[in-house]
Amino acid sequence: MTILTFTLILLLGAFVAGLLGSLTGLGGGVVVIPLLTLLFHVDIRYAIGAALLASIATSSGAATAYVKEGITNIRLGMFLEIATTIGAVIGAVIAIYMPTNTIAIIFGVVLIFSAAMTVRKKNEHALSGGSALAEKLKLNSTYPSEGKLVPYKLTNVVGGFSLMGVAGVLSGLLGIGSGSLKVLAMDSMMKIPFKVSTTTSNFMIGVTAAASAVVYLQRGYMDPGIAFPVILGVLCGAITGSKLLKRMNPKTLRIIFAVAITLVALEMIFNGFQQKF
Amino acid sequence: MKQVFSKNYWGDKDISLLVGQILRIGVILASSILAIGGIWYLVVHGQDSVPNYRDFIGEGKSNTTIHGIIIGVFNKNIPQIIQLGVLLLICTPIVRVIGSLFGFIIEKDKLYIIITLIVLTVIVGSILSGVKG
Repeated sequence: MTILTFTLILLLGAFVAGLLGSLTGLGGGVVVIPLLTLLFHVDIRYAIGAALLASIATSSGAATAYVKEGITNIRLGMFLEIATTIGAVIGAVIAIYMPTNTIAIIFGVVLIFSAAMTVRKKNEHALSGGSALAEKLKLNSTYPSEGKLVPYKLTNVVGGFSLMGVAGVLSGLLGIGSGSLKVLAMDSMMKIPFKVSTTTSNFMIGVTAAASAVVYLQRGYMDPGIAFPVILGVLCGAITGSKLLKRMNPKTLRIIFAVAITLVALEMIFNGFQQKF
Repeated sequence: MKQVFSKNYWGDKDISLLVGQILRIGVILASSILAIGGIWYLVVHGQDSVPNYRDFIGEGKSNTTIHGIIIGVFNKNIPQIIQLGVLLLICTPIVRVIGSLFGFIIEKDKLYIIITLIVLTVIVGSILSGVKG
């Protein structure tokens, strides 16, 4: 295969990954790893490097759309970012010593979990009685909804913070944004309305990914020939996806995609046990 | 000039708008460099066969250090031009954190100035430690 063919197919694949990632809320990075390893037989370490870059690209690309609406809770994101960045650096260090087949198996398990998360019931209610710690850390805020400002409070700060640490480790280990784990921590544990948790998680994904990306860049996981088609493709796909989202409700697509992703995840796990990575 | 640094001039909204603007410029700049480097790479190497990505070798010093990337860009080396775009992309979320730091400084929110500084320290520490395999 020539470099030209390889690049064009990769560009197209990354575009689809970005499109599906943004329509389903799964993020672009998660789809890039199976695309590169299972389809192109690229070593998983190069795939992880490229996936991190895809996560940053989608996060920054989507953030420019969200910031205008004033939904992102910057204080909450920044506070939880302590846990995720420390976790990400730890995860990136663990990755040095962990066999690639084990990484592939863990990735498959996280992928199945993420797929299940995209079809879950969302928390749409704003909590009115928050915890004292949330008050002290000034984490309670408001978000605009139908022209009004809805106040919300949050609870279980310690639980959410700990789960964010785990999300950070996985993100550093696997090169993904672990957006689904972040949303779980905020939605289910801290009881934040999903509009706020989705955008705040998106803000955090970029920062977490950057913390481990600098480690992976220095370790030589980021190849220019793979990086540019992946970043450009995922970015275009994510932008197209966010424009489509305003006009359609991708509920059916989410279910189809969740099933497809689960099958891909099973193949990653199977190949991992067969020592194919 | 004085009003630029006052709290009233920069409301919470303006800060987030400014940060959003920085993000947009960062992403556009990074992807433009990637596109230019990428097209150039395809023009020169498009007909070569794909490098062996099956086995992990890792990138050389020229692609993994800021010094190596900058020198490569000055010598018009295509891989380092692409890598410069990669570097810029990694920097955009970090710049966003720095932007929020300024926001908290203007609001005189001590608690969040400290929290943001902790996050920045972790990221900078991860850059300087250069954990390699």
